[in-house]
Amino acid sequence: MGRTLAEKVWDDHVVRRAEGEPDLLFIDLHLLHEVTSPQAFDGLRKNGRPVRRLDLTIATEDHNTPTLDIDKPIADPVSRVQLETLRKNCADFGVRLHPLGDVEQGVVHVVGPQLGLTQPGMTVVCGDSHTSTHGAFGGLAFGIGTSQVEHVLATQTLPMARPRTMAITVNGELPDGVTAKDLILAIIAKIGTGGGQGYVLEYRGEAVEKLSMEARMTICNMSIEAGARAGMIAPDETTFAYLEGRPHAPKGEDWDAAVAYWKTLRSDEDAEFDAEVVIEAAELSPFVTWGTNPGQGAPLSASVPDPASYEDPSERFAAEKALEYMGLEAGQELRSISVDTVFVGSCTNGRIEDLRAAADIIGGRKVADGVRMLVVPGSARVGLQAVSEGLDVVFKEAGAEWRHAGCSMCLGMNPDQLAPGERSASTSNRNFEGRQGKGGRTHLVSPQVAAATAVLGHLASPADLAAADARTPAGV
Amino acid sequence: MEAFTTHTGRAVPLRRSNVDTDQIIPAHWLKKVTRDGFEDGLFEAWRKDPEFVLNRPEREGATVLVAGPDFGTGSSREHAVWALQNYGFKAVISSRFADIFRGNSLKNGLLTVVLDQRTVDALWELTEADPIAEITVDLEAREVRAEGVTAPFELDENSRWRLLNGLDDISITLRNEADIAAYEAKRPSFKPRTLNV
Repeated sequence: MGRTLAEKVWDDHVVRRAEGEPDLLFIDLHLLHEVTSPQAFDGLRKNGRPVRRLDLTIATEDHNTPTLDIDKPIADPVSRVQLETLRKNCADFGVRLHPLGDVEQGVVHVVGPQLGLTQPGMTVVCGDSHTSTHGAFGGLAFGIGTSQVEHVLATQTLPMARPRTMAITVNGELPDGVTAKDLILAIIAKIGTGGGQGYVLEYRGEAVEKLSMEARMTICNMSIEAGARAGMIAPDETTFAYLEGRPHAPKGEDWDAAVAYWKTLRSDEDAEFDAEVVIEAAELSPFVTWGTNPGQGAPLSASVPDPASYEDPSERFAAEKALEYMGLEAGQELRSISVDTVFVGSCTNGRIEDLRAAADIIGGRKVADGVRMLVVPGSARVGLQAVSEGLDVVFKEAGAEWRHAGCSMCLGMNPDQLAPGERSASTSNRNFEGRQGKGGRTHLVSPQVAAATAVLGHLASPADLAAADARTPAGV
Repeated sequence: MEAFTTHTGRAVPLRRSNVDTDQIIPAHWLKKVTRDGFEDGLFEAWRKDPEFVLNRPEREGATVLVAGPDFGTGSSREHAVWALQNYGFKAVISSRFADIFRGNSLKNGLLTVVLDQRTVDALWELTEADPIAEITVDLEAREVRAEGVTAPFELDENSRWRLLNGLDDISITLRNEADIAAYEAKRPSFKPRTLNV
């Protein structure tokens, strides 16, 4: 019987297999950041262990870093200590680090791919659940806890139980105005926040094949929001074209050997998945969340659901709690929801294509009165690229704030937070209670919806913006 | 890791599903660089409500958390496990756990027990009606016991063996040093390296 993509990559990394034990997997790339690594380095010190493979390890600073005044000392003393701890750990153990202010600094899941370190067929881990992003290249990439970070630092391996596989096939083409973010939000709403639990998801089908690398990263990034540790997409010419010429991409003969291998990384025709989900792309439209978990989403054209419509009592209770927290009424049109804040950025939607898409919509318009819009590039490089294209000017002229790279308001570990009761349209990945700041309310959206929402002041799509323009004569 | 064999204690019934890691320990607590001192951050937002179950005086000293489905969804933060342990929890019971949280818990000796929702419902009813009712989580027998409830649970033999003996994963893996070295020797040369570009 044939094998799935996930099984092929898994099999290629088994260091040791023994009856009654989890497989011991070799890890090709270990990404580190300041939040989940300090206790792991402490563990190494306590046991007198070195980092086994410094040449497969790289660190950057992202969760705590400020996005303003990055040349000044970090104001929050606790954040400062955490960043200083990473710097000391990397210096002591010899780990390559891109600190705040370095041109390669940024959100760890933006940095790896843009350096060409993330490649097809690799195992990639990081102490961060959005490591699933890297699966867009056709590798197995998953988030790990701090004990596992220490384990990988010490051994470059992880004992892992073999996951099940789920195919998510997206037939047909995405309609105009429907993005990768809308697609993944719709998938999560369909299978639920626990639907992918225990599985590696493989996204496939015509709509997925037509996506750019960056859009594929958006999809794989949010696999964890469906409960799956990893999501992946078979590598193809789009993948190879993205990689060629990047600093760490193979060169010369190595490139040819790599591509030959990468081309074998597809699920075989006769491979069997443990579960299958089929989505018809034509049925999709811009999608937003209304609740406090990423599965609580609906098309923008819909209304806030009535909790009484849920048969499952625990889902009904969760929906009631969510509406209470979000300050919403059942039956209220999603388009009628006003926001105070718009956040464009994060490992989900902080890459150059995302910034271009938002700039394209907001160019020549103004952020609505009473709305603040933050644009935070996913990495310093993305920021530089945006500046070279004049996107920073487009955002600033529209009244948005143009910031430095980092995780920023995705989780509010730095000063970029919502105040209690504030409501955001956010291109990030989690709408949990308090995620963007204590008492803050989050609606997950695509960069395009974020930009249109910033202009109109309520949840809106670019099509709504065009309709509003048609009602208002130019120059008025 | 501290070994886990069997534990008996009073319970906290937490009737909520999808308890994500941001609720278990909010992000601002993640700035700490130690594994301890997280107890005050546990369920921080919900604990502002004096009626929240953890704040009830009769729940003081409880060591078994009985939660709704999809407990621990969201981020990979092991701080969520440390916060539960720092607070005093020894075991968490739910009908479904998020993968990363489950892995983290078992690596730290916090036993996460999967029981079907009907049994969880029975444990909720029991411990809500009688706050001093005790729950026994017996890893040797792979069984949860409480008044009127005897429920077997599954845990793979390898995880169980590590927990029962409090074994350090890294030491176990390093016994296979020769296998790791052999694997490294045959890795293709086109695989990227972070150093010496």
